[in-house]
Amino acid sequence: MVEIIDLHKSFDGNIVLDGISFNVDEAENMVVFGRSGTGKSVLLKCMMRLMEPDSGDIKIQGKDVLKLELKELNALRKNIGFLFQGAALYDSMSVRENLEFPLIRNFNLDQKEIDERVHFVLEAVSLLEAIDKMPSELSGGMRKRIGLARSIITKPQLMLYDEPTTGLDPITSKEISVLIIELQHQLKMTSIVVTHDLLCAKIIADRAIVIDDGKIVEEGSINDLVTSKDPFIKNFFSDEIIENNGSII
Amino acid sequence: MNNLLTSGKLFSKTEKTLTNFFEMLGGLTSFSVRFFKEVFLPPYEVEQIRKHMIELGMKTLPIVGVTGFIIGLVIAMQLSPVLKRFGAEAFLPGSVGISIVRELGPVICALIFAGRVSSGIGAELGSMRVTEQIDAMEVSGVNPFRYLVVTRIFATTFILPILTVYVIFISLIGAYIAVVLVQNMTWAYYLDRVIFAVEFGDAIPGVSKTFVFGFIVGLVGCYKGYTTENGTEGVGKASTSAVVVSSLLILIFDMVLVKLSLWIWPVVK
Repeated sequence: MVEIIDLHKSFDGNIVLDGISFNVDEAENMVVFGRSGTGKSVLLKCMMRLMEPDSGDIKIQGKDVLKLELKELNALRKNIGFLFQGAALYDSMSVRENLEFPLIRNFNLDQKEIDERVHFVLEAVSLLEAIDKMPSELSGGMRKRIGLARSIITKPQLMLYDEPTTGLDPITSKEISVLIIELQHQLKMTSIVVTHDLLCAKIIADRAIVIDDGKIVEEGSINDLVTSKDPFIKNFFSDEIIENNGSII
Repeated sequence: MNNLLTSGKLFSKTEKTLTNFFEMLGGLTSFSVRFFKEVFLPPYEVEQIRKHMIELGMKTLPIVGVTGFIIGLVIAMQLSPVLKRFGAEAFLPGSVGISIVRELGPVICALIFAGRVSSGIGAELGSMRVTEQIDAMEVSGVNPFRYLVVTRIFATTFILPILTVYVIFISLIGAYIAVVLVQNMTWAYYLDRVIFAVEFGDAIPGVSKTFVFGFIVGLVGCYKGYTTENGTEGVGKASTSAVVVSSLLILIFDMVLVKLSLWIWPVVK
Protein backbone atom coordinates (compact mmCIF):
# COMPACT_ATOMS: atom_id res chain seq x y z
CA MET A 1 0.00 0.00 0.00
CA VAL A 2 2.76 2.44 1.02
CA GLU A 3 6.43 2.18 0.19
CA ILE A 4 8.97 4.74 1.38
CA ILE A 5 12.42 4.30 -0.17
CA ASP A 6 15.57 6.06 1.05
CA LEU A 7 13.85 9.37 1.83
CA HIS A 8 16.07 12.37 2.57
CA LYS A 9 15.01 15.83 3.67
CA SER A 10 16.94 18.69 5.22
CA PHE A 11 16.24 22.32 6.10
CA ASP A 12 19.14 24.80 5.76
CA GLY A 13 21.69 22.01 6.13
CA ASN A 14 19.90 20.50 9.14
CA ILE A 15 19.18 16.86 8.22
CA VAL A 16 15.68 15.82 9.29
CA LEU A 17 15.15 12.60 7.33
CA ASP A 18 18.27 10.63 6.52
CA GLY A 19 17.45 7.64 4.36
CA ILE A 20 14.10 6.53 5.76
CA SER A 21 12.71 3.33 4.19
CA PHE A 22 9.72 1.25 5.23
CA ASN A 23 6.59 -0.46 3.86
CA VAL A 24 3.03 -0.49 5.11
CA ASP A 25 0.75 -3.29 3.99
CA GLU A 26 -2.92 -2.95 3.15
CA ALA A 27 -5.20 -2.60 6.23
CA GLU A 28 -2.12 -2.43 8.48
CA ASN A 29 -1.73 0.17 11.25
CA MET A 30 1.79 1.51 11.43
CA VAL A 31 2.87 3.82 14.27
CA VAL A 32 5.85 6.16 13.88
CA PHE A 33 7.56 7.12 17.15
CA GLY A 34 10.29 9.67 17.69
CA ARG A 35 11.31 12.66 19.77
CA SER A 36 10.04 16.12 18.89
CA GLY A 37 11.78 17.59 15.84
CA THR A 38 12.90 14.23 14.44
CA GLY A 39 10.92 14.72 11.26
CA LYS A 40 7.85 12.56 11.86
CA SER A 41 5.41 15.23 10.67
CA VAL A 42 7.78 16.10 7.81
CA LEU A 43 7.57 12.46 6.73
CA LEU A 44 3.75 12.65 6.53
CA LYS A 45 3.88 16.00 4.72
CA CYS A 46 6.33 14.58 2.16
CA MET A 47 3.95 11.67 1.59
CA MET A 48 1.17 14.15 0.73
CA ARG A 49 3.59 16.35 -1.29
CA LEU A 50 2.96 19.28 1.04
CA MET A 51 6.77 19.29 1.17
CA GLU A 52 9.20 18.08 -1.48
CA PRO A 53 11.87 15.68 -0.18
CA ASP A 54 15.47 16.19 -1.29
CA SER A 55 15.70 12.63 -2.62
CA GLY A 56 14.09 9.22 -2.35
CA ASP A 57 10.85 7.68 -3.53
CA ILE A 58 7.34 7.49 -2.13
CA LYS A 59 4.92 4.97 -3.59
CA ILE A 60 1.27 4.92 -2.56
CA GLN A 61 -1.07 2.40 -4.16
CA GLY A 62 1.69 1.70 -6.65
CA LYS A 63 1.90 5.33 -7.78
CA ASP A 64 5.16 7.24 -7.57
CA VAL A 65 3.90 10.25 -5.60
CA LEU A 66 6.88 12.49 -6.35
CA LYS A 67 6.49 12.09 -10.11
CA LEU A 68 2.74 12.73 -10.34
CA GLU A 69 1.30 15.75 -12.16
CA LEU A 70 -0.92 18.01 -10.04
CA LYS A 71 -4.11 16.54 -11.50
CA GLU A 72 -3.01 12.95 -10.80
CA LEU A 73 -1.74 13.95 -7.37
CA ASN A 74 -5.11 15.50 -6.46
CA ALA A 75 -6.85 12.33 -7.65
CA LEU A 76 -4.60 10.27 -5.36
CA ARG A 77 -5.10 12.70 -2.48
CA LYS A 78 -8.86 12.04 -2.62
CA ASN A 79 -8.08 8.46 -1.51
CA ILE A 80 -6.02 9.63 1.45
CA GLY A 81 -7.28 11.12 4.70
CA PHE A 82 -5.06 13.36 6.82
CA LEU A 83 -5.74 14.29 10.44
CA PHE A 84 -3.64 17.32 11.33
CA GLN A 85 -2.18 17.90 14.77
CA GLY A 86 -4.49 20.86 15.44
CA ALA A 87 -7.35 19.34 13.40
CA ALA A 88 -7.08 22.29 10.92
CA LEU A 89 -10.83 22.91 10.78
CA TYR A 90 -11.81 25.82 8.53
CA ASP A 91 -12.56 28.62 11.00
CA SER A 92 -14.99 30.45 8.76
CA MET A 93 -17.18 27.37 8.17
CA SER A 94 -19.57 25.52 10.47
CA VAL A 95 -19.01 21.84 11.28
CA ARG A 96 -21.50 20.87 8.57
CA GLU A 97 -19.72 23.06 5.96
CA ASN A 98 -16.33 21.67 7.03
CA LEU A 99 -17.57 18.16 6.41
CA GLU A 100 -19.37 19.00 3.17
CA PHE A 101 -16.41 20.88 1.72
CA PRO A 102 -14.34 17.92 0.37
CA LEU A 103 -17.49 16.17 -0.87
CA ILE A 104 -18.87 19.17 -2.79
CA ARG A 105 -15.48 19.92 -4.34
CA ASN A 106 -14.38 16.41 -5.28
CA PHE A 107 -17.35 14.10 -5.67
CA ASN A 108 -20.40 14.27 -7.84
CA LEU A 109 -22.91 13.58 -5.07
CA ASP A 110 -26.43 14.92 -4.65
CA GLN A 111 -27.41 16.78 -1.47
CA LYS A 112 -29.17 13.71 -0.03
CA GLU A 113 -26.02 11.59 -0.30
CA ILE A 114 -23.91 14.41 1.17
CA ASP A 115 -26.31 14.74 4.13
CA GLU A 116 -26.21 10.98 4.70
CA ARG A 117 -22.42 10.92 4.77
CA VAL A 118 -22.26 13.96 7.09
CA HIS A 119 -24.66 12.29 9.52
CA PHE A 120 -22.81 8.96 9.28
CA VAL A 121 -19.40 10.41 10.18
CA LEU A 122 -20.81 12.65 12.92
CA GLU A 123 -22.54 9.65 14.48
CA ALA A 124 -19.29 7.69 14.18
CA VAL A 125 -17.46 10.35 16.23
CA SER A 126 -20.49 10.83 18.54
CA LEU A 127 -20.87 14.53 17.75
CA LEU A 128 -24.09 14.78 15.79
CA GLU A 129 -25.27 17.58 18.09
CA ALA A 130 -22.34 19.77 16.98
CA ILE A 131 -23.42 19.84 13.34
CA ASP A 132 -24.28 23.55 13.23
CA LYS A 133 -21.57 24.77 15.60
CA MET A 134 -18.55 26.82 14.55
CA PRO A 135 -15.06 25.42 15.23
CA SER A 136 -14.44 28.19 17.80
CA GLU A 137 -17.31 26.74 19.90
CA LEU A 138 -15.67 23.30 20.13
CA SER A 139 -13.23 21.94 22.74
CA GLY A 140 -9.84 20.48 21.73
CA GLY A 141 -11.14 16.92 21.86
CA MET A 142 -14.24 17.80 19.86
CA ARG A 143 -12.12 19.55 17.22
CA LYS A 144 -9.98 16.42 16.88
CA ARG A 145 -13.12 14.28 16.47
CA ILE A 146 -14.55 16.62 13.83
CA GLY A 147 -11.15 16.68 12.10
CA LEU A 148 -11.25 12.89 12.10
CA ALA A 149 -14.81 12.91 10.76
CA ARG A 150 -13.74 15.25 7.94
CA SER A 151 -10.79 13.00 7.07
CA ILE A 152 -12.91 9.85 6.77
CA ILE A 153 -15.93 11.40 5.06
CA THR A 154 -14.41 10.72 1.64
CA LYS A 155 -13.96 7.03 2.60
CA PRO A 156 -10.18 7.06 2.13
CA GLN A 157 -8.17 3.87 1.75
CA LEU A 158 -5.18 5.35 3.58
CA MET A 159 -5.29 7.51 6.73
CA LEU A 160 -2.39 9.59 7.99
CA TYR A 161 -2.61 10.83 11.59
CA ASP A 162 -0.27 13.57 12.81
CA GLU A 163 -0.16 13.38 16.63
CA PRO A 164 -3.86 12.55 17.03
CA THR A 165 -3.80 12.69 20.85
CA THR A 166 -1.37 15.55 21.50
CA GLY A 167 -2.71 18.23 23.83
CA LEU A 168 -5.60 16.09 25.07
CA ASP A 169 -6.20 14.72 28.57
CA PRO A 170 -5.54 10.97 29.07
CA ILE A 171 -9.24 10.02 28.98
CA THR A 172 -9.95 11.94 25.77
CA SER A 173 -6.70 10.58 24.28
CA LYS A 174 -7.84 7.05 24.97
CA GLU A 175 -11.29 7.80 23.50
CA ILE A 176 -9.71 9.19 20.32
CA SER A 177 -7.37 6.18 20.04
CA VAL A 178 -10.26 3.74 20.48
CA LEU A 179 -12.29 5.73 17.94
CA ILE A 180 -9.43 5.54 15.43
CA ILE A 181 -9.15 1.77 15.75
CA GLU A 182 -12.93 1.30 15.58
CA LEU A 183 -13.16 3.37 12.42
CA GLN A 184 -10.17 1.53 10.99
CA HIS A 185 -11.94 -1.82 11.48
CA GLN A 186 -15.21 -0.42 10.17
CA LEU A 187 -13.79 1.21 7.03
CA LYS A 188 -10.88 -1.24 6.43
CA MET A 189 -8.34 1.55 6.05
CA THR A 190 -4.55 1.44 6.15
CA SER A 191 -3.17 3.86 8.76
CA ILE A 192 0.10 5.59 9.52
CA VAL A 193 0.06 7.28 12.92
CA VAL A 194 2.73 9.67 14.13
CA THR A 195 2.63 9.92 17.92
CA HIS A 196 4.52 10.15 21.22
CA ASP A 197 1.66 8.53 23.07
CA LEU A 198 2.46 4.94 24.01
CA LEU A 199 -1.11 4.20 25.11
CA CYS A 200 -2.41 5.43 21.76
CA ALA A 201 0.19 3.30 19.98
CA LYS A 202 -0.66 0.27 22.11
CA ILE A 203 -4.32 0.57 21.10
CA ILE A 204 -3.72 1.28 17.43
CA ALA A 205 -0.45 -0.29 16.25
CA ASP A 206 0.05 -3.52 14.40
CA ARG A 207 3.67 -2.47 13.90
CA ALA A 208 5.82 0.50 14.90
CA ILE A 209 9.03 2.21 13.91
CA VAL A 210 11.18 4.59 15.95
CA ILE A 211 12.99 7.47 14.26
CA ASP A 212 16.04 9.16 15.77
CA ASP A 213 18.47 11.56 14.07
CA GLY A 214 16.55 11.11 10.83
CA LYS A 215 17.04 7.31 10.75
CA ILE A 216 14.87 4.36 11.70
CA VAL A 217 16.53 2.90 14.80
CA GLU A 218 14.01 0.16 15.61
CA GLU A 219 11.09 -1.59 13.99
CA GLY A 220 8.66 -4.19 15.35
CA SER A 221 5.58 -4.65 17.50
CA ILE A 222 4.99 -2.38 20.51
CA ASN A 223 5.98 -5.21 22.84
CA ASP A 224 9.24 -5.67 20.90
CA LEU A 225 9.99 -1.98 21.32
CA VAL A 226 9.32 -1.69 25.04
CA THR A 227 11.45 -4.75 25.76
CA SER A 228 14.24 -3.57 23.46
CA LYS A 229 17.80 -3.55 24.88
CA ASP A 230 18.78 -0.55 22.73
CA PRO A 231 19.66 2.31 25.19
CA PHE A 232 17.82 4.97 23.14
CA ILE A 233 14.65 2.87 22.84
CA LYS A 234 14.82 1.95 26.54
CA ASN A 235 15.20 5.62 27.44
CA PHE A 236 12.41 6.65 25.04
CA PHE A 237 9.86 4.32 26.59
CA SER A 238 11.10 4.43 30.21
CA ASP A 239 8.88 7.35 31.36
CA GLU A 240 5.78 5.74 29.91
CA ILE A 241 6.62 2.42 31.57
CA ILE A 242 7.25 4.05 34.97
CA GLU A 243 3.91 5.82 34.71
CA ASN A 244 2.26 2.42 34.34
CA ASN A 245 4.14 0.72 37.23
CA GLY A 246 6.71 -0.89 35.04
CA SER A 247 4.42 -2.42 32.44
CA ILE A 248 2.58 -1.08 29.46
CA ILE A 249 -1.19 -0.96 29.71
CA MET B 1 38.42 49.12 14.16
CA ASN B 2 35.02 50.17 15.58
CA ASN B 3 34.23 52.06 12.39
CA LEU B 4 35.05 48.98 10.35
CA LEU B 5 32.75 46.85 12.49
CA THR B 6 29.91 49.38 12.28
CA SER B 7 30.19 49.73 8.51
CA GLY B 8 30.39 45.93 8.20
CA LYS B 9 27.14 45.55 10.17
CA LEU B 10 25.52 48.34 8.16
CA PHE B 11 26.58 46.66 4.92
CA SER B 12 25.21 43.28 5.98
CA LYS B 13 21.92 44.88 7.15
CA THR B 14 21.55 46.74 3.84
CA GLU B 15 22.37 43.55 1.96
CA LYS B 16 19.69 41.65 3.91
CA THR B 17 17.09 44.38 3.36
CA LEU B 18 17.83 44.50 -0.37
CA THR B 19 17.72 40.69 -0.62
CA ASN B 20 14.34 40.62 1.16
CA PHE B 21 13.03 43.40 -1.09
CA PHE B 22 14.01 41.64 -4.31
CA GLU B 23 12.75 38.31 -2.97
CA MET B 24 9.39 39.94 -2.29
CA LEU B 25 9.29 41.54 -5.76
CA GLY B 26 10.07 38.14 -7.32
CA GLY B 27 7.45 36.49 -5.14
CA LEU B 28 4.80 39.07 -6.05
CA THR B 29 5.60 38.69 -9.74
CA SER B 30 5.35 34.89 -9.72
CA PHE B 31 2.21 35.14 -7.57
CA SER B 32 0.55 37.44 -10.12
CA VAL B 33 1.66 35.20 -13.02
CA ARG B 34 0.08 32.24 -11.22
CA PHE B 35 -3.10 34.33 -10.70
CA PHE B 36 -3.43 35.04 -14.43
CA LYS B 37 -2.81 31.36 -15.22
CA GLU B 38 -5.44 30.13 -12.78
CA VAL B 39 -8.12 32.81 -13.13
CA PHE B 40 -9.29 31.46 -16.48
CA LEU B 41 -9.38 27.80 -15.45
CA PRO B 42 -12.50 26.09 -14.12
CA PRO B 43 -14.01 25.61 -11.58
CA TYR B 44 -15.04 29.28 -11.42
CA GLU B 45 -15.73 30.16 -7.80
CA VAL B 46 -18.46 32.69 -8.61
CA GLU B 47 -20.18 32.29 -5.23
CA GLN B 48 -16.93 32.92 -3.35
CA ILE B 49 -16.16 36.00 -5.48
CA ARG B 50 -19.64 37.39 -4.85
CA LYS B 51 -19.28 36.73 -1.11
CA HIS B 52 -15.88 38.46 -0.91
CA MET B 53 -17.07 41.44 -2.95
CA ILE B 54 -20.03 42.02 -0.64
CA GLU B 55 -17.98 41.39 2.49
CA LEU B 56 -15.03 43.58 1.53
CA GLY B 57 -17.25 46.29 0.03
CA MET B 58 -19.53 46.51 3.06
CA LYS B 59 -16.57 46.45 5.44
CA THR B 60 -14.97 49.45 3.74
CA LEU B 61 -18.07 51.44 2.76
CA PRO B 62 -18.50 53.49 6.00
CA ILE B 63 -14.84 54.44 6.43
CA VAL B 64 -14.29 55.46 2.79
CA GLY B 65 -17.58 57.39 2.87
CA VAL B 66 -16.59 59.43 5.94
CA THR B 67 -13.07 60.01 4.59
CA GLY B 68 -14.39 61.02 1.18
CA PHE B 69 -16.85 63.50 2.72
CA ILE B 70 -14.14 65.13 4.85
CA ILE B 71 -11.64 65.28 1.96
CA GLY B 72 -14.22 66.99 -0.28
CA LEU B 73 -15.12 69.47 2.44
CA VAL B 74 -11.49 70.31 3.29
CA ILE B 75 -10.36 70.64 -0.33
CA ALA B 76 -13.17 73.10 -1.07
CA MET B 77 -12.41 75.08 2.11
CA GLN B 78 -8.70 75.23 1.22
CA LEU B 79 -9.23 76.14 -2.46
CA SER B 80 -11.85 78.82 -1.82
CA PRO B 81 -9.55 81.58 -0.41
CA VAL B 82 -6.82 80.75 -2.94
CA LEU B 83 -9.19 81.11 -5.90
CA LYS B 84 -10.66 84.26 -4.33
CA ARG B 85 -7.15 85.76 -4.28
CA PHE B 86 -7.02 85.37 -8.09
CA GLY B 87 -10.66 86.43 -8.55
CA ALA B 88 -11.56 82.94 -9.76
CA GLU B 89 -14.17 81.87 -7.15
CA ALA B 90 -16.49 80.79 -9.94
CA PHE B 91 -14.08 77.98 -10.78
CA LEU B 92 -14.34 76.46 -7.30
CA PRO B 93 -16.82 73.66 -8.16
CA GLY B 94 -14.90 72.74 -11.30
CA SER B 95 -11.48 72.74 -9.58
CA VAL B 96 -12.77 70.67 -6.69
CA GLY B 97 -14.52 68.29 -9.10
CA ILE B 98 -11.41 67.74 -11.22
CA SER B 99 -9.14 67.20 -8.20
CA ILE B 100 -11.55 64.70 -6.67
CA VAL B 101 -12.36 62.78 -9.84
CA ARG B 102 -8.83 62.64 -11.28
CA GLU B 103 -6.74 62.05 -8.21
CA LEU B 104 -8.01 62.46 -4.68
CA GLY B 105 -11.05 60.20 -4.86
CA PRO B 106 -9.27 57.19 -6.44
CA VAL B 107 -6.04 57.45 -4.44
CA ILE B 108 -7.57 58.19 -1.03
CA CYS B 109 -10.13 55.43 -1.52
CA ALA B 110 -7.41 52.97 -2.59
CA LEU B 111 -5.19 53.84 0.39
CA ILE B 112 -8.05 53.42 2.89
CA PHE B 113 -9.06 50.19 1.13
CA ALA B 114 -5.45 48.95 1.37
CA GLY B 115 -5.33 49.71 5.09
CA ARG B 116 -8.62 47.98 5.78
CA VAL B 117 -8.63 45.08 3.33
CA SER B 118 -5.01 44.17 2.59
CA SER B 119 -4.22 43.74 6.29
CA GLY B 120 -7.44 41.76 6.79
CA ILE B 121 -6.63 39.38 3.94
CA GLY B 122 -3.01 39.06 5.12
CA ALA B 123 -4.13 38.18 8.66
CA GLU B 124 -6.88 35.81 7.53
CA LEU B 125 -4.77 33.81 5.09
CA GLY B 126 -1.78 34.01 7.43
CA SER B 127 -3.70 32.43 10.28
CA MET B 128 -5.06 29.80 7.87
CA ARG B 129 -1.49 29.03 6.85
CA VAL B 130 -0.09 28.68 10.40
CA THR B 131 -3.04 26.58 11.59
CA GLU B 132 -2.56 24.24 8.57
CA GLN B 133 -6.01 25.04 7.12
CA ILE B 134 -4.43 25.74 3.71
CA ASP B 135 -2.58 22.40 3.89
CA ALA B 136 -5.84 20.69 4.86
CA MET B 137 -7.47 22.14 1.75
CA GLU B 138 -4.59 20.96 -0.42
CA VAL B 139 -4.61 17.39 0.93
CA SER B 140 -8.34 17.15 0.32
CA GLY B 141 -7.63 17.64 -3.39
CA VAL B 142 -8.86 21.26 -3.55
CA ASN B 143 -6.61 23.90 -5.10
CA PRO B 144 -6.29 26.46 -2.24
CA PHE B 145 -4.72 29.06 -4.52
CA ARG B 146 -7.80 29.15 -6.71
CA TYR B 147 -10.26 28.95 -3.83
CA LEU B 148 -8.60 31.47 -1.51
CA VAL B 149 -6.33 33.69 -3.59
CA VAL B 150 -7.89 34.01 -7.04
CA THR B 151 -11.33 34.77 -5.58
CA ARG B 152 -10.01 37.48 -3.27
CA ILE B 153 -7.84 39.21 -5.88
CA PHE B 154 -10.74 39.13 -8.34
CA ALA B 155 -13.08 40.61 -5.72
CA THR B 156 -10.73 43.45 -4.70
CA THR B 157 -10.02 44.30 -8.35
CA PHE B 158 -13.69 44.80 -9.14
CA ILE B 159 -15.04 46.20 -5.86
CA LEU B 160 -12.55 49.09 -5.56
CA PRO B 161 -13.76 50.94 -8.70
CA ILE B 162 -17.34 50.73 -7.37
CA LEU B 163 -16.23 52.12 -4.01
CA THR B 164 -14.29 54.86 -5.80
CA VAL B 165 -17.36 56.08 -7.69
CA TYR B 166 -19.18 56.17 -4.34
CA VAL B 167 -16.31 58.10 -2.71
CA ILE B 168 -16.21 60.61 -5.56
CA PHE B 169 -19.93 61.24 -5.17
CA ILE B 170 -19.70 61.62 -1.35
CA SER B 171 -16.65 63.92 -1.70
CA LEU B 172 -18.57 66.16 -4.10
CA ILE B 173 -21.36 66.42 -1.50
CA GLY B 174 -18.76 67.34 1.14
CA ALA B 175 -17.30 69.94 -1.17
CA TYR B 176 -20.76 71.37 -1.91
CA ILE B 177 -21.36 71.95 1.81
CA ALA B 178 -18.09 73.91 2.00
CA VAL B 179 -19.04 75.87 -1.13
CA VAL B 180 -22.44 76.74 0.32
CA LEU B 181 -20.74 78.09 3.45
CA VAL B 182 -18.74 80.64 1.41
CA GLN B 183 -20.90 81.17 -1.67
CA ASN B 184 -24.63 81.23 -2.14
CA MET B 185 -24.94 78.35 -4.65
CA THR B 186 -27.71 75.84 -5.31
CA TRP B 187 -26.97 72.09 -5.61
CA ALA B 188 -28.21 72.08 -9.20
CA TYR B 189 -25.92 74.95 -10.20
CA TYR B 190 -22.97 73.42 -8.31
CA LEU B 191 -23.49 70.06 -10.03
CA ASP B 192 -23.84 71.77 -13.38
CA ARG B 193 -20.47 73.54 -12.87
CA VAL B 194 -18.83 70.27 -11.82
CA ILE B 195 -20.22 68.36 -14.80
CA PHE B 196 -19.20 71.25 -17.10
CA ALA B 197 -15.62 71.12 -15.80
CA VAL B 198 -15.10 67.38 -15.47
CA GLU B 199 -14.61 65.69 -18.81
CA PHE B 200 -14.65 62.13 -20.00
CA GLY B 201 -10.84 62.27 -20.05
CA ASP B 202 -10.87 63.08 -16.33
CA ALA B 203 -13.35 60.47 -15.14
CA ILE B 204 -12.20 57.45 -17.15
CA PRO B 205 -8.51 57.38 -16.13
CA GLY B 206 -9.45 58.30 -12.55
CA VAL B 207 -11.73 55.34 -12.12
CA SER B 208 -9.82 52.95 -14.43
CA LYS B 209 -6.64 53.10 -12.41
CA THR B 210 -8.51 51.80 -9.38
CA PHE B 211 -8.77 48.40 -11.11
CA VAL B 212 -4.97 48.29 -10.87
CA PHE B 213 -5.02 49.55 -7.25
CA GLY B 214 -7.63 46.92 -6.34
CA PHE B 215 -5.50 44.22 -7.93
CA ILE B 216 -2.47 45.43 -5.94
CA VAL B 217 -4.40 45.38 -2.64
CA GLY B 218 -5.63 41.82 -3.22
CA LEU B 219 -2.34 40.56 -4.59
CA VAL B 220 -0.17 41.91 -1.77
CA GLY B 221 -2.61 40.87 0.99
CA CYS B 222 -2.91 37.35 -0.43
CA TYR B 223 0.83 37.01 -1.06
CA LYS B 224 1.76 38.11 2.45
CA GLY B 225 -0.87 35.88 4.06
CA TYR B 226 -0.33 32.83 1.84
CA THR B 227 3.43 32.83 2.43
CA THR B 228 3.28 33.48 6.19
CA GLU B 229 5.89 31.69 8.32
CA ASN B 230 6.82 31.58 12.01
CA GLY B 231 3.43 31.14 13.67
CA THR B 232 1.33 33.91 15.14
CA GLU B 233 4.25 36.36 15.08
CA GLY B 234 4.38 35.84 11.32
CA VAL B 235 0.65 36.57 11.02
CA GLY B 236 1.13 40.00 12.65
CA LYS B 237 4.07 40.77 10.38
CA ALA B 238 2.15 39.63 7.28
CA SER B 239 -0.77 41.88 8.16
CA THR B 240 1.38 44.97 8.82
CA SER B 241 3.66 44.56 5.82
CA ALA B 242 0.66 43.94 3.55
CA VAL B 243 -0.57 47.49 4.32
CA VAL B 244 2.86 49.09 3.93
CA VAL B 245 3.72 47.34 0.65
CA SER B 246 0.30 47.76 -0.95
CA SER B 247 0.12 51.48 -0.03
CA LEU B 248 3.59 52.05 -1.42
CA LEU B 249 2.81 50.17 -4.63
CA ILE B 250 -0.44 52.12 -5.05
CA LEU B 251 1.48 55.42 -4.94
CA ILE B 252 4.21 54.16 -7.31
CA PHE B 253 1.67 52.83 -9.81
CA ASP B 254 -0.34 56.04 -9.47
CA MET B 255 2.67 57.99 -10.73
CA VAL B 256 3.03 55.71 -13.74
CA LEU B 257 -0.70 55.63 -14.50
CA VAL B 258 -1.09 59.43 -14.24
CA LYS B 259 1.69 59.85 -16.79
CA LEU B 260 0.09 57.21 -19.00
CA SER B 261 -3.40 58.75 -18.75
CA LEU B 262 -2.08 62.24 -19.53
CA TRP B 263 -0.44 60.76 -22.60
CA ILE B 264 -3.67 59.06 -23.72
CA TRP B 265 -6.07 61.88 -22.67
CA PRO B 266 -4.03 65.12 -22.64
CA VAL B 267 -5.64 67.98 -20.63
CA VAL B 268 -5.59 70.61 -23.39
CA LYS B 269 -8.45 72.96 -24.31
